[in-house]
Amino acid sequence: MDAILTVEDLHKSFDDLEVLKGISFTLERGRTVLVMGPSGSGKSTMLRCLNRLLEPDQGRVWLEDVELTAAQADLNKLRASIGYVFQDFNLFAHLTALDNVCIGLRKVKRMPRRQAHEHAMQALEQVGMADRCAHYPAQLSGGQQQRIAIARGLAMEPKLMLFDEPTSALDPELTGEVLAVMDDLARGGMTMLVVSHEVGFARRAADEIIFMENSRIVEQGPPEQLFVNPREERTAQFLQRIHAIEGPMAQEQPP
Amino acid sequence: MNLEFDLADWLPHLLDGLLVTLEITALCIGLGIVLGLVLAFARLYAQRPFAWAATAFINFFRGTPILAQLFLVYYGLPSIGIRLEPFTAGVLALGLNTSAYQAEYFRGAIQSLPAGQMLAARSIGMSRLQALQSIILPQALRLVIPPWSNELILMLKYSSIVFLATVMDLMGEGLVLASETYRYFEIFIVVAIMYLIVVLAVTWLLHRLQVWLRVPGLGAGDSIA
Amino acid sequence: MIIIQATPTFLQYTLINLAVFAVLLPIGFAIGTLVALGQVYGHPVIAALATAWAWFFRGVPALVLLFLFYYGPPVFNINIEPFTAAALAMGFRSSGYQSQIFRGAIESVPAGQMVAGRAIGMSRLQTVWSIVLPQAFRLALPAWTNEFSAVLKDTTLVYAIGINEVMRFARTIYVARPELAILTFLFVALIFWVLTVIGTGLLQRLERRLALPGLEGRMRGPRAVAK
Repeated sequence: MDAILTVEDLHKSFDDLEVLKGISFTLERGRTVLVMGPSGSGKSTMLRCLNRLLEPDQGRVWLEDVELTAAQADLNKLRASIGYVFQDFNLFAHLTALDNVCIGLRKVKRMPRRQAHEHAMQALEQVGMADRCAHYPAQLSGGQQQRIAIARGLAMEPKLMLFDEPTSALDPELTGEVLAVMDDLARGGMTMLVVSHEVGFARRAADEIIFMENSRIVEQGPPEQLFVNPREERTAQFLQRIHAIEGPMAQEQPP
Repeated sequence: MNLEFDLADWLPHLLDGLLVTLEITALCIGLGIVLGLVLAFARLYAQRPFAWAATAFINFFRGTPILAQLFLVYYGLPSIGIRLEPFTAGVLALGLNTSAYQAEYFRGAIQSLPAGQMLAARSIGMSRLQALQSIILPQALRLVIPPWSNELILMLKYSSIVFLATVMDLMGEGLVLASETYRYFEIFIVVAIMYLIVVLAVTWLLHRLQVWLRVPGLGAGDSIA
Repeated sequence: MIIIQATPTFLQYTLINLAVFAVLLPIGFAIGTLVALGQVYGHPVIAALATAWAWFFRGVPALVLLFLFYYGPPVFNINIEPFTAAALAMGFRSSGYQSQIFRGAIESVPAGQMVAGRAIGMSRLQTVWSIVLPQAFRLALPAWTNEFSAVLKDTTLVYAIGINEVMRFARTIYVARPELAILTFLFVALIFWVLTVIGTGLLQRLERRLALPGLEGRMRGPRAVAK
């Protein structure tokens, strides 16, 4: 097996509240894994602990064979090879779309300006935003901003991409364009770990689903198994609720 | 009685003074930016003793009269063996004063940026320093332009206190002319008009700067008072 | 030691500053309110005059105003006491700043408030007086607190026209004992620091007393810091 990300016994507490109670899993190259679960189950916290935007209290994380959680780990270099997409985009407000994608290449990868530009334009083309490269974030819709945020991650040529509820801050009619970009990425072989409740995306793109509840992984397996025949009662209940809410959308066919 | 004739006599002196006023304002504002940024960063990011020291410094200079600060520097420092030229003492006192205010504008602007900006910068592998330099500061400095412009204009006017430390600025030149000619009222009207013209010009320039640096969605609205 | 002995005298002279302050602040408040009302509701001519007033008194340095008010009236054969000149100069100056605070506050009261007042049969003046101003003053209070502490500290500037206030007293101590300069002027600074803390503390209490949901202060005065 070709593991890109290995997580071992991750713990995290905020004051008295334990948000992660020992999370372990492995993410293999080229796979798309969805993390689902009720809000407050620790999904986003886990994602932030993976590239140490949040410092885990305990546990270890490896990117390929380099330990991220080691004291001497070169965090900035490691983070540069893990794309991270935020729920609320967090595009840099003072930079154009192009510069948002460029700045990591210039400042972190020390790429010359011209080369960074070419590279960034490619990434923007990949998400279908090349024609908006001169726009500032405030001039773009949420869906467009999120696609640029994805391009910002992609341009760094990451080994994997982490998505933290990438569509949940969007109006329903804007989620499609973002999910289409993510579909493309999954088909293109990008390794992705996605926290999301998009059942449609899960069905068509996910190789595996991790179901979290109460700070623990309750169940994991291929989507067919979890959606059709979950082993755990809690998983079934949660998916039923999701279906009830998102039912019509969950049935939709891939675009 | 012949005001035109007198003006031709007075203006060279007053313009000399105006130049000193502009120099002092520019230098104290420059000192204020540098020191203000250091103080703001110390308050926001430094270890506790440094953050406390910065807060104490800021509270002192914001809570006490600017004239007391000028006399502390001008009369006080020589008593512990530090002798400064009046001009230097003026720049130092005004610079320390404005740095405390500017520090608070900078801090307010930095704190008003969404936390996600720093997070996103770190997520693509920037160091904290890189993130501050390339992401946080460029945004905070744009947000700070309106209050900072007010501060510059305030300092332009407050700089007139340096004549009390024998600096021959616009105010000082005006006072000397007045005491020589006993034409206090006319001369101070002229001095007032000169200050007004400079304030107007600086306001316009700062407005141009703000327009030039404007980025959609960043600190729109606030205008210069 | 000498400072401790001189403390009562320091405080006595500070009373002169406070006296100037006590006169200039109401002047600034009254004229500032009128100028703001003139700018917002006045006939175009009135509005232009009000704007010119505010612009002049904010654009000219305090010291220039002090000298104008001190040396100006005698030119027209009017005698003026230094204290009166100081209170008027500083009061008019403050009226310029206060008017901008109040104008901003009045303008941020929604236009619907005026319409609603007129709709129930109040006159324009009645609506301004009992509907708009009570809201505007609440919105303006934090910024006004800033102006309050600024003019309190700036009362030391009247030193320049020879008023026997605390800075002049400190200066005489300095002349007699130059080696005590730091202590002397630090002491003056401390007096004003305490006065500022007390004054802004009281005003913040007033702000809480008057607070109404939805009418939190939004105006920014000179040298205000965004919250």
